[in-house]
Amino acid sequence: MTGDKIRCDACPVMCYIAPGQTGACDRYANAQGRIVRSDPVVMLSRAVEAGGRLVPFARPDWDGQLVTPEDAFVTGIGAGTTYPDYKPAPFIVASKVAGADMVTVVTEAIFSYCGVRVKIDTDRHLGPEGAVVRAGGEAIGLVTTAEYGSQMLSLGGVRHLTGGSKAEGRATCATELALCNGEAVELAIDGGAAVVVQVGAAPIVNGVCEARMRVGCGSATIGMFASGWRGLVDEVVVVDDHITGVVSEHQAGKVLGWQPTGIRIKGHRSTPGRYFQVSEPGLGWGGTKLTDPLEILGPWNPDKGARPGLTLLMVSTTGEDHGYYVLDEALVAQPRPLPESLRATVRLIAENCEPSLCSVLFSAGAGGSLRAGVTRNPVRLTRSVHVGITRLTCGGAACFVWPGGGITFMVDVTRLPPGAFGYVPTPALVAPLEFTLPRADYLAMGGHEGAIRSLAQIEAEGAEYATAGQVQPWPGALP
Amino acid sequence: MSAVQVAWLPDGRLHLNHGPIDLVIGIFGAERAVAAAFGRAIARFDGLLEELVAELPALRSPKVLPLQGAIAGAMAAAVAPHRPAFITPMAAVAGAVADAVLAALVGPGVARAYVNNGGDIALYLAPGQVLRCAVAQAGVPGLVTIRHSNRVRGIATSGWRGRSFSMGIADAVTVLAANAARADAAATMIANAVDLPGHPAISRRPAVELQADSDLGARLVTVAVGPLTQAEVALALDRGAQSAKALRARGVIAGAALFLHHEVRILGQMPLAQTPEPCLG
Repeated sequence: MTGDKIRCDACPVMCYIAPGQTGACDRYANAQGRIVRSDPVVMLSRAVEAGGRLVPFARPDWDGQLVTPEDAFVTGIGAGTTYPDYKPAPFIVASKVAGADMVTVVTEAIFSYCGVRVKIDTDRHLGPEGAVVRAGGEAIGLVTTAEYGSQMLSLGGVRHLTGGSKAEGRATCATELALCNGEAVELAIDGGAAVVVQVGAAPIVNGVCEARMRVGCGSATIGMFASGWRGLVDEVVVVDDHITGVVSEHQAGKVLGWQPTGIRIKGHRSTPGRYFQVSEPGLGWGGTKLTDPLEILGPWNPDKGARPGLTLLMVSTTGEDHGYYVLDEALVAQPRPLPESLRATVRLIAENCEPSLCSVLFSAGAGGSLRAGVTRNPVRLTRSVHVGITRLTCGGAACFVWPGGGITFMVDVTRLPPGAFGYVPTPALVAPLEFTLPRADYLAMGGHEGAIRSLAQIEAEGAEYATAGQVQPWPGALP
Repeated sequence: MSAVQVAWLPDGRLHLNHGPIDLVIGIFGAERAVAAAFGRAIARFDGLLEELVAELPALRSPKVLPLQGAIAGAMAAAVAPHRPAFITPMAAVAGAVADAVLAALVGPGVARAYVNNGGDIALYLAPGQVLRCAVAQAGVPGLVTIRHSNRVRGIATSGWRGRSFSMGIADAVTVLAANAARADAAATMIANAVDLPGHPAISRRPAVELQADSDLGARLVTVAVGPLTQAEVALALDRGAQSAKALRARGVIAGAALFLHHEVRILGQMPLAQTPEPCLG
């Protein structure tokens, strides 16, 4: 599609850069398919400013190493694994951290139980909760509980990886892998939208790239900007699929002395000036299916303040959609061009929106047999992780560990180095995993003491993949 | 993704960087007022690039498309007088960004201020204030003096040697206009007009071969200008001057200086003084 151009993500411009070219900034270039800085880096001064340690180089006694042992943390990326797991993990490394003798057990774990949680910053209706999410026609997950300003997908997991057809498992594995490694995937939601998801990039919903996340719900938008509309317009309605706000009735408007306008909103009134379900979820104004916002208004009530000439601003929660109306003699709202003074208030809403992004958390269970690669008493490792003695990291990235049984963790995939995830044809995902704990605690939990090696030994010897567990012919059996 | 970078230059100027935008900002006035104004400039800069990027496809299009943002609107307004010739709102991006940050920083106690966006400069002058700006080119160290009464609040320079691409051969065209966005767009168009189409000493390449997502697409931009005769230089400058004159007659610009191979043409209000004084930009 873009040939051998690559997309630079150094700044929001996201230039496509062909080999040998620089981006719009002239600072980042494409050198043989890699993004490089084309001017001197300022890491040294930054390190000094931050009080960091410098490694002198090009001196007679310099050993040519950029990274000193004190700075090194061994991650599980590319560590390989040792199946069956009662064998010690391939790397059990001793190092000093702040004077304490630490042991890091490093492995690449094969996760049959793993999935991704995807957060998509948009109010557009991607599909009903519980709807099936498909990749290449195969069911790979579902739409789950929406969050504030974001739609959530839960993808993968054991039931799709190995519980369905082979095609379903392959599609699930490929999608999870692509998302975790930062690639774009196309998803189709039953009864909903087609969406392109890539971690750190804006979602593309039905071919339209989302620009902004909403500033807040309709009620919050009223709360934030009510004072700015004072004196410029008689009524403001912020259209939002969740809570539509009406300034003259809203607490924020009341405090500012806003007069009643006799407006009537179709929908369920929650508290004054806040309405649920004014329309249905969709791809229109504020995550509703509205293209004409007047559809949510009932007849204006002259006994409650409606009068000819009354002015009305209707705006979405991103400022992307807006309309300005004036009541005619028959108290019918007639569209009029938006006055410049109000245009500034709409821009202010837009300005306060954050860019719409996709984020991906990898979620997996490390509570199984891989624990035996760490210790002969697997449950002690689980307990040690839960009480915080053993630190669990995934490719060096901090993990959130779910309370309760097992070692079920979640990690932000952008915190791992590129290409950290792999797969096996089972199908299952392969991810790096490191358990770090004080040496004494490691030995106390029944750790593989004989397998502990120093960083220097590891560098010299490489991984330890035990081969003693070979299948021997049964004595007396025929060859 | 990198965030906004805020750095103070040793002489008290402020350097703001985000992606392709580099601003150098000078503010003069009462100490407290200046500090507050710098604060407003930083606050305005935060999120500014995202605001532009949100509408980048429309801003890179030569078609007149609906735009949402304030800066996008200013860009569109600045390029509108040049149509139907080919132009995209991007021709005014640097100036429009300078104008927007300048507008945000102005407040009580600020006597004068400038926002220099890579040579495209937005100015603020309180009544009675004067700002001098060096326009140095090919051994012609000139100074432009802008007074409060001048109605010039934007200075911009364009040319094939600059960071943006030019379809013409001017070493530089510096324009004075009511704001930096207008000056930016006009400098681009006048620099394009300084040209000798088909001349063998001029090397041109499609813009996309130099920058894959340039708004100029496959249009040829100048990458090298070989030796030219005096008559050729005069002819090219005449063409540019004609374009500048027409823009000035329509009130789009206040003045322009066109530079090519040691030759200079000055039109309208471009009060160049030869005294070397320290440049404020």
